[in-house]
Amino acid sequence: MNVLLFGTCLVDTFFPEAGEATVRLLRRFGAEPVFPKGQTCCGQPAFNAGFDAAARAAAEHFLWEFDGNMPIVTPSGSCAAMVKHHYPQLFRDDPKRLAKAKRAGERIYELTQFLVHVAKAHEAGLRGKGTVTYHASCHLTRTLGVREEPMTLLSSLKGATFLPMPDAARCCGFGGTFMAKLPEISIALADEKAASIEATGADTVTGCDSGCLMNIADAVRRRGMKVRVAHIAQLLAEGL
Amino acid sequence: MTHEQTSLAFRENSVRALKDSALRAAMKQAADTFGTKRADAFAPVADLEGLRDRASAIREEVLANLPMYVDRFAAAANRAGAVVHRANDAATAREIIRKILADRGARLIVKGKSMVSEEVDLNSHLEAAGMEVVETDLGEYIIQMEGETPSHIIVPAIHKNRRQVGKLFADRLGVPYSDDPQVLTKIARTALREKFLSADAGISGANFAAADTGSLVLFTNEGNGRMVTTVPPLHVAILSIEKMLPSLADLPAFIRLLPRSATGQPITSYVSVVTGPRKTGDATGAKELHIVLLDNGRTEILAGESRDILKCIRCGACMNVCPVYRTVGGHSYGWTYPGPMGLILTTLLTGMAKSHPLVDASTVCGACVEVCPVRVPLVDLILQLRRRKVREGFSDPATMRGMALFGKAAASPALFALGQRLAAAFWPVIRALGGKDVAGRMPAPAKTPLRRRLP
Repeated sequence: MNVLLFGTCLVDTFFPEAGEATVRLLRRFGAEPVFPKGQTCCGQPAFNAGFDAAARAAAEHFLWEFDGNMPIVTPSGSCAAMVKHHYPQLFRDDPKRLAKAKRAGERIYELTQFLVHVAKAHEAGLRGKGTVTYHASCHLTRTLGVREEPMTLLSSLKGATFLPMPDAARCCGFGGTFMAKLPEISIALADEKAASIEATGADTVTGCDSGCLMNIADAVRRRGMKVRVAHIAQLLAEGL
Repeated sequence: MTHEQTSLAFRENSVRALKDSALRAAMKQAADTFGTKRADAFAPVADLEGLRDRASAIREEVLANLPMYVDRFAAAANRAGAVVHRANDAATAREIIRKILADRGARLIVKGKSMVSEEVDLNSHLEAAGMEVVETDLGEYIIQMEGETPSHIIVPAIHKNRRQVGKLFADRLGVPYSDDPQVLTKIARTALREKFLSADAGISGANFAAADTGSLVLFTNEGNGRMVTTVPPLHVAILSIEKMLPSLADLPAFIRLLPRSATGQPITSYVSVVTGPRKTGDATGAKELHIVLLDNGRTEILAGESRDILKCIRCGACMNVCPVYRTVGGHSYGWTYPGPMGLILTTLLTGMAKSHPLVDASTVCGACVEVCPVRVPLVDLILQLRRRKVREGFSDPATMRGMALFGKAAASPALFALGQRLAAAFWPVIRALGGKDVAGRMPAPAKTPLRRRLP
């Protein structure tokens, strides 16, 4: 099966290793990723900041790049949520694009959703090591409704121990542009998240969104913690 | 005392709050406690989602026909013997109440907790007219003594710890210092008991108003609501028009939802239903009851795109779970209503010009939506206000330019790729310009982005 890979602007620019790991995982589970070369950003930063015109420009471009019938897979819960739930809002007065947006929404999968529901990766016997805890990022959890899938995968890792985090679904303070608009509060929230991670005693923290992981990595670094911060795609790909 | 709105200084306010370790500890502990108790309180409620749907539908029905329900309430309250007044704005409400009290020579007034009275800044107006106004909710009593405003709509003194309260009582009331909540409550009770007995009038708010019977409904934990509304000869209630319920029969759903959402209690200690003044043969009740129905911008909100905020039943659950509120406290928001519901209501009631920084005071994480008992779409409303802020020109020029450029780059792969290359090449400069708290928290762009790594 061929799938379209949406790398997302953050992974593309800052964390290409997470994108490469996504490719390895998909291939291992029989899905050949096709990377539309013209892809850019889903438009979420503009949408969340109230700039609808810019968000619509990005969305329209996305819908053009990812047109077709293939499933779309992305290593980001918030970008998948943007396409699935907010594109229809952006185009609610534009029937033609609305229909296209709804079709894209039906085709898009966040990576762990695809791995569990389509590829059944958790039944395949992936390996892992050490102790792992998991941050449940907001849009993945609440907008997309992906709650169990990441934990299903992490708990299935042979050789690794999954340690649940207290208040795992509390916001890390990234919040897209929130991080830049109110940096002091953002840092305070990331510090609180880092303390929750520390409380688990895990040697690795993972999640499904690069934005949150970036914010968490900074807090962990500032506090001098020895915890490794890795995107779930990287963590799972290591066990192939 | 009057309180200037400081919502424009949200960031400065919050930076100050972040440095206040006592505040942060008190907030964290209180919010955690309420969060846990809320979850426990809802555990035995069968079909919670169905209950929320029902409550949400009742509130929507009220909004769809608000003028009718307000008229129906006013007529029913009149029939029950109350005098109903309508106030379009804060100044009118204050003046109506002052005049009622002054005409009857009232000097000492006891008050139950009412956020609407905070909204219209009632106390300062009455005090300026020479009246003594005593807040009788323990939390309100504490912050009144301190000269502060509530920092939470249910727990006004949430930002204070018991040692601070102990010191305040010792300083102001001349009692020996104690930080035992039981002792402090007893001290307040003794002081307030005297006030209740000698007050000329009582002022209360209302959690709900039943349109069919003209009844006011008050939820309290300390019994002070009952004292305020029944002991003094005169009772004045002030409430905003959207507090209507179609019928008293709708109340049970809200009795089940509001206290659980607010403080994690299955029910509050007292649920008072006040229908008209005391009648012949009644054992308790004020001899005279006046009800002030406040609009203060609600009719305009009702006609606009943000009307869903008027579904809110003021339980404060959204605050307790909001990562921003929990961290910076209610005073940072700079006006009467804090947290997710508060930043929306404040912006709508006081205008974008006075409050636009508030629309950014959310990570839009959605925790508030998850707990709202009447399904107010808080995140959608916040995003809507952000769009309005851009539309009305309150976004700063740098953000406007940046977002315009973002739109262009997102629609043009060549420009996007160029942007990536430039960001990688000039990262040290961007990092320096972006400051340590923003760009300094981001890693450098990869030398080879994903798009150039894949075939």
